[in-house]
Amino acid sequence: MKLLNYTTAFFAAILLVIIPIWAAIFYYSMLAEIYDSMDDGLDNQKLLVIQKARTDSTVFRRTSFEEGDYTIREIPFQLAGQVHDQYIDTLMYMRNEDEFEPVRMLQTVFTQNNRYYELKVITSMVEEDDLIQQLLYSLLWLYLGLVASILVLNNVLLRRIWRPFNKLLKRLKTFRLEAPEPLPPANTRIEEFNLLHTTVQKLLKTNIAAYNSQKQFIENAAHELQTPLAICHNKLEMFIEKNELTGPQLQQLAGIINNLERASRLNHSLLLLSRIENQQFEGAQKVSFNDLARQLLDDFSEQAAYKEVTLHLQEEAPCTATMHPDLASVLLTNLVKNAIVHNHPHGLVQVVLRKGALEVHNTGAATPLDAEKIFTRFYKEQASNTSTGLGLAIVKAIAELYGFTLQYRYEQKHIIALRFS
Amino acid sequence: MKILVIEDEEELLHTIAGSLQMEHYVVETASDYHTALEKTGVYEYDCILLDIGLPGGSGLQVLEALKKDNKSDGVIIISARNSVDDRIAGLNLGADDYLPKPFHLAELHARVRSVVRRRRFGGSNTLTVGNVTAQLEQRTVSVGGEDLALNRKEFDILLYLLTNKDRLVTKTAMAEHVWGDRIDEADSYEFIYSQIKNLRKKLKDSNAQIEVQAIYGIGYKLTEL
Repeated sequence: MKLLNYTTAFFAAILLVIIPIWAAIFYYSMLAEIYDSMDDGLDNQKLLVIQKARTDSTVFRRTSFEEGDYTIREIPFQLAGQVHDQYIDTLMYMRNEDEFEPVRMLQTVFTQNNRYYELKVITSMVEEDDLIQQLLYSLLWLYLGLVASILVLNNVLLRRIWRPFNKLLKRLKTFRLEAPEPLPPANTRIEEFNLLHTTVQKLLKTNIAAYNSQKQFIENAAHELQTPLAICHNKLEMFIEKNELTGPQLQQLAGIINNLERASRLNHSLLLLSRIENQQFEGAQKVSFNDLARQLLDDFSEQAAYKEVTLHLQEEAPCTATMHPDLASVLLTNLVKNAIVHNHPHGLVQVVLRKGALEVHNTGAATPLDAEKIFTRFYKEQASNTSTGLGLAIVKAIAELYGFTLQYRYEQKHIIALRFS
Repeated sequence: MKILVIEDEEELLHTIAGSLQMEHYVVETASDYHTALEKTGVYEYDCILLDIGLPGGSGLQVLEALKKDNKSDGVIIISARNSVDDRIAGLNLGADDYLPKPFHLAELHARVRSVVRRRRFGGSNTLTVGNVTAQLEQRTVSVGGEDLALNRKEFDILLYLLTNKDRLVTKTAMAEHVWGDRIDEADSYEFIYSQIKNLRKKLKDSNAQIEVQAIYGIGYKLTEL
């Protein structure tokens, strides 16, 4: 949910609670005020009627309301003592509305010439149901009006206020460590956004520095490791060339050399892997996998023949991908190498090229491999002396770098499928 | 023939120098940027082996200075960095070759010889051992004047062995030279044996006066009979 909509929804919910409470309080206080002023009016009218009665005897002939708003009737003394001023809500037939409507009535008693009279004064009263209905409608409009104004405010004002934030966010989304671009200036008077901007800038700066020093570290590690490896290797070669050694000694040296070479290969593969993962391969071009596969299978033909594995290239369509040519070569080499190594005599390796996809099939172990594990680093199906266990991890890293889909499946043979899209 | 080795790692420097001396080259050494500039400024060499990371400066600067003085020394960059950028920068500056560390001595000799050959003979020449002659340009081999039919890889193997005559060529060096570094994780280089077997048979059938010896599971050596 966007921040904008979130605040709007929040306000709408809060108003939904606050407005009815406020309405109830408003309704009752207004009603009390209305009663108060009506009662004052009735009281005033009572005084006027009593005053009139002192001079005008016709007043005493009003025994029913008819067109007037008071009645007077004489009452015996015994009753008069019991009656006090009394305000009553009652109903009265209204001719215009043709129904009984609520009225407010003041019932009182006064004396004139030692005779007791009961006086009833009425006034038409607010119709509560109408009032409530009217109030409800007004409140509904108020509520809708408020929500609408919040929406408009949010969309116009907040959007404007948050513009520097959204701009920063957009820049961060496309930010790449290997090709860092400086952030544009914040351009806002809002303190929090300025703070965010400087904080992010500082964070990026340290990250770029860390990335660069890591890159440097990888290079340095390679340099530092390759040199002693090279020295050992070349010294051993010189040692052997001096021809002073016996056969068994030579064989032992051969073992040392083999392991040194294995260490260099491992170092080389790890370096390659981290360079791929650090996206240090800039520059992609269209690579034809048909050409690459043909050359590769030719290079591997002797090794395959020695292992009694048949290599077969099935070109169903021209297969191209846009990537770094060196990585394309590493990718296919590792797949084919893997297929030859994990195979059995009289086995088959098949490279299938389609439009936008390639598959490498190979015979081998008769059971499916763990599709989750085969692409992880240093995973070895069986302990092998010479495999670095990084070949397929490198394939996976390259696939991830370019967003290719890499899948393993088993259909009486092992199939690794790669889709370039 | 004079060769200058510029390398800051003393042990590596001595090994390389020692190995080149066995081939009867005159070898001089420099282990820092200033010595390197001094020597390359004063003398001329048939081939310079140049490390990029040097105390006091970069090997690439040495290369720049050479090109500025219009010197025609052959230059092979030897670097542990093996980065595409270095390779491209070096070759753009006019280096003849780029050899990433670690390398096989056999490979170093092959590269040095190739550079020297190009400088001295303009690239078209032959290599003869006994009655076997390889025409490098045409990529053909003749034994006692008779053409010997070899496929591409057999030719590369034979040429590599001829270049490293009387020297050990390890199986790994051979595999990397002939099949490229893409083969490097192969579970074994035993497949080379069958290639050598074929080559030996062809050489024997044509009465070649050379022999390819196997050396205890390490590699091979070509000798003149």
